[in-house]
Amino acid sequence: MDLSLVLHIMVAAVAAGTPFVFAALGELVTEKSGVLNLGVEGMMLVGAITGFIAMAKSGSLLLAVVSGMAAGAAMAAVFGVLTLTLMANQVASGLALTIFGMGLSAFLGLDYTSFALPGVAELHLPLLSDLPVIGPLLFSYDVLVYSSVVLFVAVSWFLYKTRAGLLLRGIGEAPESAHALGYNVIGIRYLAVLFGGAMAGLGGVYLSVAYTPVWVEGMVAGRGWVSLALVVFATWRPLRVMAGAYLFGGITIAQFHVQGFGIEIPSQLLSMLPYIATIIVLVVISRDQQTIRLNSPASLGKTYHPENQ
Amino acid sequence: MTLTNINIPRLQLEGMTKIYPAVIANESIDMTIAPGEIHAVLGENGAGKSTLMKMIYGVIKPDRGRILWNGEPVDITNPAHARKLGIGMVFQHFSLFETLSVAENISLAMEDYGSLDDLSRRISEVSEEYGLPLDPGRMVHSLSVGIRQRVEILRCLLQQPKLLIMDEPTSVLTPQAVRKMFATLRRLAAEGCSILYISHKLDEIMELCHSATIIRGGKVTGYAVCAEESAASLARMMIGRELPTCSRKRPDVEGQECLRVNRLCKIAADQFGTSLERVSFSVYSGEIVGLAGISGNGQQELLYALSGERPVADRGAITIDGESVGHLNAAQRRELGLGFVPEERLGRGAVPGMSLSDNGILTAHRHGMVRKGLLDFGRAKRFAQKCVTDFTVKCGSVDDLITSLSGGNIQKFITGREILQQPKLLIVSQPTWGVDIGAANIIRQAMIDLRNNGSAVLVVSEELDELFEICDRLLVIARGRVSPSVKVEKTSKEEIGLWMSGMFPGGPVDTNKARELQSEGCCVD
Amino acid sequence: MRDAVLIKIEPRPEPSRVMRYCSPLLAALLMLISGLIIFTLLGKNPVEAFHAFFVEPINDFYGLGELCIKASPLMLIGTGLAVGFRASIWNIGAEGQLAIGALCGGAVAVYFNQSSSGFILPAMISAGAVGGMLWASIPALLRTKFNANEILVSLMLNYVAILLLAMLVHGPLRDPDGYGFPQSVLFGESATLPIMIEGTRLHVGVLLSLAGVVAGWVFLEKSFTGYQIRVAGGAGRAATYAGFEYNRLIWIGLLAGGLAAGVAGVMEIAGPIGQLLPSVSPGYGYAAIIVAFVGRLHPGGIFLASLLMALLYLGGESGQMNLDLPSAVTGIFQGLLLFYLLAADFLVNYRIRTKSSQQEGN
Repeated sequence: MDLSLVLHIMVAAVAAGTPFVFAALGELVTEKSGVLNLGVEGMMLVGAITGFIAMAKSGSLLLAVVSGMAAGAAMAAVFGVLTLTLMANQVASGLALTIFGMGLSAFLGLDYTSFALPGVAELHLPLLSDLPVIGPLLFSYDVLVYSSVVLFVAVSWFLYKTRAGLLLRGIGEAPESAHALGYNVIGIRYLAVLFGGAMAGLGGVYLSVAYTPVWVEGMVAGRGWVSLALVVFATWRPLRVMAGAYLFGGITIAQFHVQGFGIEIPSQLLSMLPYIATIIVLVVISRDQQTIRLNSPASLGKTYHPENQ
Repeated sequence: MTLTNINIPRLQLEGMTKIYPAVIANESIDMTIAPGEIHAVLGENGAGKSTLMKMIYGVIKPDRGRILWNGEPVDITNPAHARKLGIGMVFQHFSLFETLSVAENISLAMEDYGSLDDLSRRISEVSEEYGLPLDPGRMVHSLSVGIRQRVEILRCLLQQPKLLIMDEPTSVLTPQAVRKMFATLRRLAAEGCSILYISHKLDEIMELCHSATIIRGGKVTGYAVCAEESAASLARMMIGRELPTCSRKRPDVEGQECLRVNRLCKIAADQFGTSLERVSFSVYSGEIVGLAGISGNGQQELLYALSGERPVADRGAITIDGESVGHLNAAQRRELGLGFVPEERLGRGAVPGMSLSDNGILTAHRHGMVRKGLLDFGRAKRFAQKCVTDFTVKCGSVDDLITSLSGGNIQKFITGREILQQPKLLIVSQPTWGVDIGAANIIRQAMIDLRNNGSAVLVVSEELDELFEICDRLLVIARGRVSPSVKVEKTSKEEIGLWMSGMFPGGPVDTNKARELQSEGCCVD
Repeated sequence: MRDAVLIKIEPRPEPSRVMRYCSPLLAALLMLISGLIIFTLLGKNPVEAFHAFFVEPINDFYGLGELCIKASPLMLIGTGLAVGFRASIWNIGAEGQLAIGALCGGAVAVYFNQSSSGFILPAMISAGAVGGMLWASIPALLRTKFNANEILVSLMLNYVAILLLAMLVHGPLRDPDGYGFPQSVLFGESATLPIMIEGTRLHVGVLLSLAGVVAGWVFLEKSFTGYQIRVAGGAGRAATYAGFEYNRLIWIGLLAGGLAAGVAGVMEIAGPIGQLLPSVSPGYGYAAIIVAFVGRLHPGGIFLASLLMALLYLGGESGQMNLDLPSAVTGIFQGLLLFYLLAADFLVNYRIRTKSSQQEGN
């Protein structure tokens, strides 16, 4: 196997992994606050179509990103109202969000089916991009890929180096304690949920505007669910989310390359790969219950009733 | 800063009222505390003490009433505001974050503390100063309950409080540690800090407090100067009648060995738990054995192993009537005559969303309530009804949701459900936690009656008074080890207290070394 | 002082039983109102559109038959899922279990294409049931052995199952005389569910679904195992305390859903579709989740909810044909219905009170 092919695969894996980076980092922050939002798939879909429409109408990437994030956050807000204000079951509400998102995105996208966008150009960084090996590997991406890395750094710094991050982790651990100390548990959880929604929306925008800039109904194709699994796989740690995202990016694109090697396998079998890999990864990580228990936020998925105090 | 005038009360409450849909938690409560005063708020479980304290600390809002702080009316909007005024609170159920370090925990209650390193230094300083040694870098989940309380206390002390609220602080301490804590509190009071001490333990209040406000059913039923009262007179104010007592007389027959625990070991599943180390003891028919200990010393793990909720690999480590049951699950052990009342009533001993009748089925189904795989709901209702009648459970009907009952009535129902199945062996954990005195007495009497009918009873409790009242023999658990047993008549609270800190023959703290430490004035936790 | 009316939200001392039954109705009502608003926003006459969407599809005999055909898989799967949901086992893999059921049943039909034996239909249904259960046993096994989250596993398997179905319909199960279209042969009479009423497409599978709902009711409401499932879902630690085997309940919960979805899959291909296609379900597996919730996880409620959900499907088709309404509106209605239900459930535990503030002292 020659170097350029390896490089090509690695670069493609990073691009394919980037939607997972956005969505899983967002869900990580949401879950750190103790809220389990299973609606990532729905939020990504709505973010994807909203960003797509904005891009198609205005041609502005910035507008596409902002509107896609806003749409994801709006979806998350609905989830927040249900689970935080109205204290509905988080699992059921997350499923509802996904089902609604599938319907809404299909509906909004009717006029755009198979409509193609020009895509997002890679940033050419003088000197850096021209370096051999390093250049294509590290400096050959579009602006959204770079921002996903920036967001990763920001999320890690926030969670582990700031007081607000400490508080967020504390709330996910023991919301009653935080309440007793006078913190607004519900309010802070809202922020975490909205952040998760905006990030999922951004992941969707990246998919529909940059990665495969054609609108196809249901184009997120389970990536939201894979992102949820990634958070478990990463045992709620940002660096491992990042690694897992690129690993899954690699698995996603592997199907295109296996055929390139002249191996005759039905395409459907190859398309199953990421889903089967997700299951395997979940099994491997879930076997070690102790690690899960130590790292998962203790109040994850539990409805918080402030008046029980 | 205004100078504190000794004549102006530190805190004055006027007409504090809090109404919940089902109950009036507090009704027109007035109270006054002077600077440097240790003031008790006395009342039985459910009297409304905690509600009142939470209003002072700004956790919940009063519906009516006024708070005067150093003579000035204040509207305490939230706990941060309360802390800024100089009010600190040590919660009964700690408000700590287990996976964070001591310093991180404390930092979340501080407005500005510089860096975490600065804060850690201050924690070390202040903890030294008050004789409450503490390592700021430790994770809270690795600390014992007593040390966790120390974290809560230090968190308050760091803010130099003018008023410290302590909510039932002694349930996590040995009698010796209680005395040490009292010394710290007296010192604080001497420095001018007022202390609100919430408890239902009369002797503690008599020993520590200057004055007391007594609350019953959400209303003030009296004010007292402790030096002028007796425990009995305080009790009358607290429950409105004499303290009920159990009739203890027991038949003098030698029973058979019913439960035998033989070198039971269980490695804790995670670092939040305690490992059991070679636990051995027996309970005979016709006796009540009490297991004392500070919570978090392995009681949970032992009870899970005994009840069958977490079976153990060594099947012979637990026997019931000579039969090895270590590997059996809870249902299989019940077939052999085990009854069990866990300390968590809702969610373990009973299902919150179900009626009394359905909750009866939970363990009593084996008494003819299932036929060909289908349930006989009529029979279940009759069983629940008998339970309600025999144990004076206050409820509308057996179709009511169990959550609509008070804590005491839920406990009576669950205890009743287990006792009506006439177990050969009954294990009860924290029989009277959060239960009012009337219900507590019924439950204790029921256990004594069961013993008198020849059953073996094991009671796990943190309340030494209770154990001394109803038990024939006592055991102590400390750091996963269980002490030799001792007859109640032949021991004292002092001795049991020492044992609770691990100082018993074969215990986790070597007895000789402990004595040395004690003579040097160190506290062994 | 003015007697301003204050709205106060407070917890009920006890959950309201009346509201438990009213909140699905309230949710349906809110959804219909939202429908009027959506139709208006789409520039349609709301009353006309409402009529086309919710009334026209069922104003004749044929339409009612269609309603039952659509409701049939939904009620069956919804009941199966309810068994798991009651134990807090979240099987969201019904869509995949349905596909595998159809695949297995369809394979039998294709293999015995020439036969006219009366055993073919029962064999297809059995094969579908076994297939659905096998597919559901994967999350059950992984959950009980390795603690892998059944939500994610069962969902991932949906994608795998649909790809598997597509692969086989493109391959070995394809009709050799079908000009290369990805579809199986048309099933013969012996592999097709008989029609019950002339002039409709109402097939006997509907009776099977009704039987499934009744069986589900007996199991969930009257049996001891059904009781154990309720305990496990209401308080997992109480189930351990009572000594109920949680792993057994997980298996039952997942297999019930797999069984129901597998059989429903066969009924689709042996009923209205009549052959195997790469896609055999318009999202019944997901819609059945909503049906189960809106039906309060109670078979009786699930029966009613399945009719409502079936009407949404029919309305989507009818709206598209008659008014050029996009059929994707159906998905929005489904999502909204579940949102409204979850929101309305707030009123089970809380009540809203208005009171005048005259007597307020401060």
